Amino acid sequence: MLKTQELTLNLGPHHPSTHGVFRCVLNLEGEYIQKAVNHLGYLHRGIEKLAESRTYTQFIPYNGRLDYVAGMLNEWTYVHAVEKLMGITEEIPERAQYIRVILGELQRLASHAIYIASMALDVAGATAWFYGFRDRDEILDLLEMVSGQRLMPNYMRIGGVAADLPEGFIEKCQALIDEFPNRIAEQEGILIGNEIFQARVKNVGPISKEMALDYGLTGPNLRASGVDTDLRRDEPYGIYDRFDFKVPVGEKGDTFDRVLVRIEEMKESVKIVKKALRDIPEGPVMAKVPKVIKPPVGEVYSRIENAKGHLGFHIVSDGSTKPYRLRIYSPCFVNIGIFPEMAKGIHLMDAVVALASLDIVLGEIDR
Amino acid sequence: MDKIINREALVGELNKKFGQCAEIFEDNTNQSIKVKPDKLVDIMLELRDNPNYDFKVLMNLNSVDYPENFTVVYHLNSLTHLHKLTVKVELDKADPQVPSITSVWKAANVQEREAYDLMGIVFTGHPNLKRILLVDEFVGHPLRKDFKLQA
Amino acid sequence: MEKSFFNTIADALRNWLMNGLGFSDTAAQLTATAIWTLVVILFILMNLIVLVWLERKFSAFFQQRRGPNRLGPAGFLQFPVDIVKVLGKEDIIPANADKTVFKIASTCLFITTILAWAVIPLGDGVILADLNIGLFYFLAIGSTATVSLMMGGFSSNNKYSLIGGMRTVAQMISYEIPMIFSLLGVVMMVGSLRLSDVVAAQQNMWFIVPQAIAFLVYFVATVAETNRGPFDLAEGEQELVAGYFTEYSGIRYAIWMIAEYGNLVAVSTIASIMFLGGWNAPFGLTFIPGFVWLLLKIYFMIFLFMWVKWTYPRIRIDHLMHFGWKFLIPVSLANILVTGIGIYVYRLIIG
Repeated sequence: MLKTQELTLNLGPHHPSTHGVFRCVLNLEGEYIQKAVNHLGYLHRGIEKLAESRTYTQFIPYNGRLDYVAGMLNEWTYVHAVEKLMGITEEIPERAQYIRVILGELQRLASHAIYIASMALDVAGATAWFYGFRDRDEILDLLEMVSGQRLMPNYMRIGGVAADLPEGFIEKCQALIDEFPNRIAEQEGILIGNEIFQARVKNVGPISKEMALDYGLTGPNLRASGVDTDLRRDEPYGIYDRFDFKVPVGEKGDTFDRVLVRIEEMKESVKIVKKALRDIPEGPVMAKVPKVIKPPVGEVYSRIENAKGHLGFHIVSDGSTKPYRLRIYSPCFVNIGIFPEMAKGIHLMDAVVALASLDIVLGEIDR
Repeated sequence: MDKIINREALVGELNKKFGQCAEIFEDNTNQSIKVKPDKLVDIMLELRDNPNYDFKVLMNLNSVDYPENFTVVYHLNSLTHLHKLTVKVELDKADPQVPSITSVWKAANVQEREAYDLMGIVFTGHPNLKRILLVDEFVGHPLRKDFKLQA
Repeated sequence: MEKSFFNTIADALRNWLMNGLGFSDTAAQLTATAIWTLVVILFILMNLIVLVWLERKFSAFFQQRRGPNRLGPAGFLQFPVDIVKVLGKEDIIPANADKTVFKIASTCLFITTILAWAVIPLGDGVILADLNIGLFYFLAIGSTATVSLMMGGFSSNNKYSLIGGMRTVAQMISYEIPMIFSLLGVVMMVGSLRLSDVVAAQQNMWFIVPQAIAFLVYFVATVAETNRGPFDLAEGEQELVAGYFTEYSGIRYAIWMIAEYGNLVAVSTIASIMFLGGWNAPFGLTFIPGFVWLLLKIYFMIFLFMWVKWTYPRIRIDHLMHFGWKFLIPVSLANILVTGIGIYVYRLIIG
């Protein structure tokens, strides 16, 4: 007597394509997934609790440990939240604002380059993977020039940035940014235009507009589903109201759209950096802030457009030098919540691609 | 800066519809209201579906351990009106229970589990209220202020 | 036909065994064959060093890296060192695995590879056994490789291996058919399954010209047969970790690798013999010996395999099946039909 049985497959925590220590228990019928259950927390370090025993300035380095492929943007989110809480957002010097935009957009380029690269690797296109990492590495060189660190820069400060740009940075950055469109075109050539790649990602894991909003997707994933929203344009923080850029929006919300939206975003980021490099003024890079940061009693919820989505900080202050409660709204943590829904009924090979397309970073999910 | 919603009108309408359940919560952000836990799901549905408010997005779900109570904080956002609202629910220290809003936004699912895991707030009606970040055998809820830190 | 360099050596060897050591005729024959078998195995292993080095260098070139460059000239000795390292590894056999099957699976694949080499000529007359059904023998032996891969997948007691094994069976059985059909066109034109006859028939024109479609079909089907990218679904490192050899370590793992490269050389050799004229020199460049030409052609084919592997992402399994059954098989069947009509018309005209 023949009988069939569901196969329970434990994908992770150590698996090539879970992008970290993410574990997913899959019920397979043949190779088609019947049910997926997420298991998180393998990288939990209790950063929210740690924040309660650190001063506001001491907490800055921890941000790089959240989304470790976009450290600069995390730090910007945090210092922006504290500045908002202190009411000094208007006092940040011009030059610091421009530096933040330049480094933030460079970091976004680096993060998206990794996204495209890991997407390529998850469909086994190892060559495109190396191209992506090559591009990212050159951006990291620039970040290293500025902050001395490649991944966890610890460069943003409450009231500005830690130091002025080093000599020769503008020229090097200009050269890279002029070259970058060619790099994107190269990726488009080897990966995006490839017929096998398109067959692998088109119509895989589609997320409708309603579903995306319901599950709280943010950032490029939400835009790929056809929701026209970008915090840089809708609620400009810093000096983003001075830049003119398009917000790419997808149509079907499938994996291919999510890749395309990122590619288009990279092109826009290049434009923003170009303009910022042209306009950057001379001047100080730190506002006059007290040595000991003591925000007034109150709370703030502030978020900016991170590379993965809206990264938000909810800071409750009791007037002391340490935050009373600091909550990190992690875009990846919420985005991964949709994966069991996406994975239902699709092939194991597609599930890997769908997971990669959500752009998860475990440092931020588990905090 | 954030666009401020007319809280007086909002609270008035909510009270008219669901009985005395909402009030303005005074803090530095000027966009908070406080609601009673038992009417939370109805109010959230109203806030989501009424086109005047149109809060389609749950921006954040947080829980804070204040000395006098546990507060669950919901940050809502509207993509069409671009306004924001903070909904606060104050819970008893001894028995922190609040209805789950997973039926309103599925985004609340993981965040409620996280609040349960780290703060020990029980979301009644949650489909799968288990620890999410910590191990299942973990004792205590680390984000509470009475959690003993040890190296 | 004049005797090639290798035949002279073989004859000399046989003479020395018979006259010098006083072997009987049969014993001499057997000893010579055994030596020749060793030579073939050595050829595969030597090829492996070059192949792995080439694979690493090519992939590095495609990916704008440097590749191995520390051991030996341009990192040439990296692979021998790797083998030494692999030999020192612990041989892990998973608990609850089917231990006997697990142990012999990789060796089985290696044996099929060696067996297939029996009929593959490396030059004019440089062949272990010039069977009159040489091609048939090669295909038959080649198709048993599926069994070893399945043994590895099913005996490991690992779900990834199991899925990998299932995929292997589906994929290799599907792609064997277009591969065989694509070779049939050439066989029809030659009228013989003996590989030396096939080469002899290509003295004036390589079969890649009249059988271009068959060549393409053969190329695609063999990429799938050898489990190389973009058809390396059985391995599927992204979702299946390493597919059927997930649980293998140490030398058993190395034997899988050696056997796969051996298969790669074998199918490349068959492609060179069937379509690229074997050891026939192109453009009358006969001053270069035949076996050098054959080696050049084999390596050209291997370069094509590598190029494809390092350029394309992996195809999905249902697309793979559709492509095999709905495209390659009809195309190869049509090719046979057209070839048949062509031969018929040709005979009518010639008489």
